[in-house]
Amino acid sequence: MTGLLGTMTHNPQLNRNGRLQHLLTTEGLPAPVLLNILDTAESFMGVTERDVKKVPLLRGKSVFNLFFEPSTRTRTTFEIAAKRLSADVVNLNIAASSQSKGETLLDTVDNLSAMHADMFVVRHSQSGAPHLIARHVRPEIHVINAGDGRHAHPTQALLDMFTIRRYKRDFHTLRVAIVGDILHSRVARSQIHALTTLGVPEVRVIAPKTLLPAKVERLGVRVFHEMAQGLKDIDVLMMLRLQQERMLNARLPSTEEYFKYYGLTPEKLALAKSGAIVLHPGPMNRGVEIDSAVADGSQSVILPQVTFGIAVRMAVMSILTGT
Amino acid sequence: MEMMELPDAEQLLANLADQLRPDINEATALVGIYTGGVWLAERLHESLNILLPVGSLDVSFYRDDFSQIGLHPQVKPSDIQFGVEGSHIILVDDVLFTGRTIRAAINELFDYGRPASIRLATLVDRGGRELPVAAQYIAATLALPPDKMLALNKSTEGKLSLSLYDRAPRDNDA
Amino acid sequence: MKLHIQNGRVIDPGSGLDGVMDVFIAAGKIIAIGDAPSDFHPNREINAQNLVVCPGLVDLSARLREPGFEYKATLESEMVAAVAGGVTSLSCSPDTDPVLDEPGLVEMLKHRARSLNQAHVYPVGALTQGLRGERLTEMAELHDAGCVAFGQADMSLPNARIMMHAMQYAATFGFPVWLRPQDAALADGGVAHDGEVATRLGLPAIPVCAETIALSNIILMARETGATIHLCRISSAEGVAMVRVAKSQGLPISCDVAANHIHLSEMDIGFFDSNCHLVPPLRGLGDRDSLRAGLLDGTIDAICSDHAPVDEDAKLLPFAEAEPGAIGLELLLPLTLKWAAEMRIPLPAALSRITANPARILGVDAGYLSLGGAADLCIFDPDEYWRVEPAMLQSQGINTPFLGMELEGRVKYTLVNGNIVHHD
Repeated sequence: MTGLLGTMTHNPQLNRNGRLQHLLTTEGLPAPVLLNILDTAESFMGVTERDVKKVPLLRGKSVFNLFFEPSTRTRTTFEIAAKRLSADVVNLNIAASSQSKGETLLDTVDNLSAMHADMFVVRHSQSGAPHLIARHVRPEIHVINAGDGRHAHPTQALLDMFTIRRYKRDFHTLRVAIVGDILHSRVARSQIHALTTLGVPEVRVIAPKTLLPAKVERLGVRVFHEMAQGLKDIDVLMMLRLQQERMLNARLPSTEEYFKYYGLTPEKLALAKSGAIVLHPGPMNRGVEIDSAVADGSQSVILPQVTFGIAVRMAVMSILTGT
Repeated sequence: MEMMELPDAEQLLANLADQLRPDINEATALVGIYTGGVWLAERLHESLNILLPVGSLDVSFYRDDFSQIGLHPQVKPSDIQFGVEGSHIILVDDVLFTGRTIRAAINELFDYGRPASIRLATLVDRGGRELPVAAQYIAATLALPPDKMLALNKSTEGKLSLSLYDRAPRDNDA
Repeated sequence: MKLHIQNGRVIDPGSGLDGVMDVFIAAGKIIAIGDAPSDFHPNREINAQNLVVCPGLVDLSARLREPGFEYKATLESEMVAAVAGGVTSLSCSPDTDPVLDEPGLVEMLKHRARSLNQAHVYPVGALTQGLRGERLTEMAELHDAGCVAFGQADMSLPNARIMMHAMQYAATFGFPVWLRPQDAALADGGVAHDGEVATRLGLPAIPVCAETIALSNIILMARETGATIHLCRISSAEGVAMVRVAKSQGLPISCDVAANHIHLSEMDIGFFDSNCHLVPPLRGLGDRDSLRAGLLDGTIDAICSDHAPVDEDAKLLPFAEAEPGAIGLELLLPLTLKWAAEMRIPLPAALSRITANPARILGVDAGYLSLGGAADLCIFDPDEYWRVEPAMLQSQGINTPFLGMELEGRVKYTLVNGNIVHHD
């Protein structure tokens, strides 16, 4: 569906030849593009198991980690991925530097472009900031969205898809449930687009009404408010992190009540299919959205997710650079 | 050029096996380069009774033309199941041309460990070298115009054959 | 200066006049329509063949950015933009810096505007001091200084008691109160309609009930206090339905809609187009269709430009951080004509929404043609296509969702008091 103007509605991630120029969101990317990333990541898995965990693919390229919002964890995975591709990595924690001096987002980007950046990995608290940067930079510069506001976190969603494929093989037979704060979650939005594009026939979201955005069913999901119904026949559970500030603006009464109704305990996990796997983007709030017995249990694939994350980010970086 | 008589790949393979046989011992490892080299390495592994498991390399991550042509859409995982450190490796490729693929393969092998030696076996040496690379085992030498591409094919029954194509403009293979 | 406008299609929506005829102007007034007065020797003739001659347009909401925001636009630039858009009377909102809450500021603005000799400017004064929603302004003084109504611009009133008192006080003197219905708490932090697109893009949202709850308060208090209310820039289908009911009950309520909102919806935000960051937010397609229908059936009286020039730097930011607003003075006519063409509405009826109706809401002597009346005229080519691009715009702002689009209808001449103040 498009609006009257139509001018801004072409997919800004693909170049004229339909190849990936930037990775900003999983929305609107054709399934072959997503599968190519997963397949490429699969071949990088071999690299990470060798003595020398490094290939020369991005030798001489400069990757700038542009983090306007602090996140040591995500930044580190991008840094490792870039270094394993032999790129030079520069980490910039912008929140602490230029923004406080009144420099605008695009000023910062212009300055770094002048230092011959080849790729920007952008984390920003505002939805759409990576789109703005991608529209602004020279065509030879690539932008990867490492999480923007509530909008998108495509590499997280891709590593989740990689994980699901490793354990469940075929997307076309799965029922997947995403549990928790959908409203504020960029991870959930990117997961939903990736899952529906890859042919998962049923994607569910399970949350109280205060944590669901308007018309979320238009994204192609079924809405549930209760775990008992929502987890029935589920193959894959994707848990979301609950931010403490949701208690402050009257969206939830307490973490205790949330845990009681939406926290994933072994008892609730037993409602899903027997071989169901549990994912979490991390960092986890144990005892809030997930019980330790589940997080550390046999159905958890949370640690493999982290390992796969490196290979997936290597795949994205090398596909973009080769475009 | 369509009328040019290409040698029979199966005969060349037998020839290559004969050349290799005297040099094979328990420390010899075969590593094929995707795709044709892997087929050849598997056949040679079988006929020469080599003990160490056959390895395969996809050199996509090591190519020097990556920034011009990008990543090959179907990169295969490289698979080396023996200890490369101190091993005697025979690299197997179907066609030796510019030498760039071999350069990339040697680089990749070194990221697995430091082999004691690397030799190169190829079905066809078509000349046109751009790097100082030479094969120790060559089944045939052919002079081909630079705009032609020589490729190894495998039938559903597993029979190998050679064919000649017009080179894609940006392709920089072999 | 005597002027003879020849062979134009003269349309006066107020009186129903519509026909090809001549207009004769002398000493700033219309002295004849149709046959020439005897002994009329014009200094200048305008050939208006295939053009429409109508009353100068009246715009209910233009931000001229003076005083205080001259880096966005100046009175000079925006008054030129107004007449380039055929607008000869406009009301400007009190959200300047300082806020229009003192008579001296209003007099200064009126004086500056008069000295430019272009469109007539009718300021809307601040309803509360500093628009802070705490203390009332000196409305009677401000009225004497030239304010035609009192409002809060885009600031909501913080509570119902203040709203009640403000309406009671304004009603004491018969001053109209202009309010944009929006509940402050429900809209807090929101930048887009609470619908599919905000959900997809992860933008903080403003629910429809932010408008309808405020609207409900305003309507109930209008009944209670007897105040004359003008509702600014309504945005939702439910809002239109509430206004329709209130009007059917005979309440003294009028209503306008922004020209962008009768054409665009949340879908047009696309991938974070900050030119579509507007206040109120662009809502769903159903809302847009209800606005178009409400405008047709008279629930909504007028179309306003909601002109808000924004400097480029303030738009080159992530969507939520980008300053909201779009320019509109020069798009008011073509966007009105576009609505009329799409809804198959005759030209006179369409023009009434930007001439006679807004003039009635402003309570000023404008928006119609009359013998002996001021010669404020807009002469436009209804069939000329033009591309919306910086070179074609007089406003200092180029922020509009329609940038790069072709629109039909171009103003050729604008007359204020018989002077040609714009010629394309």
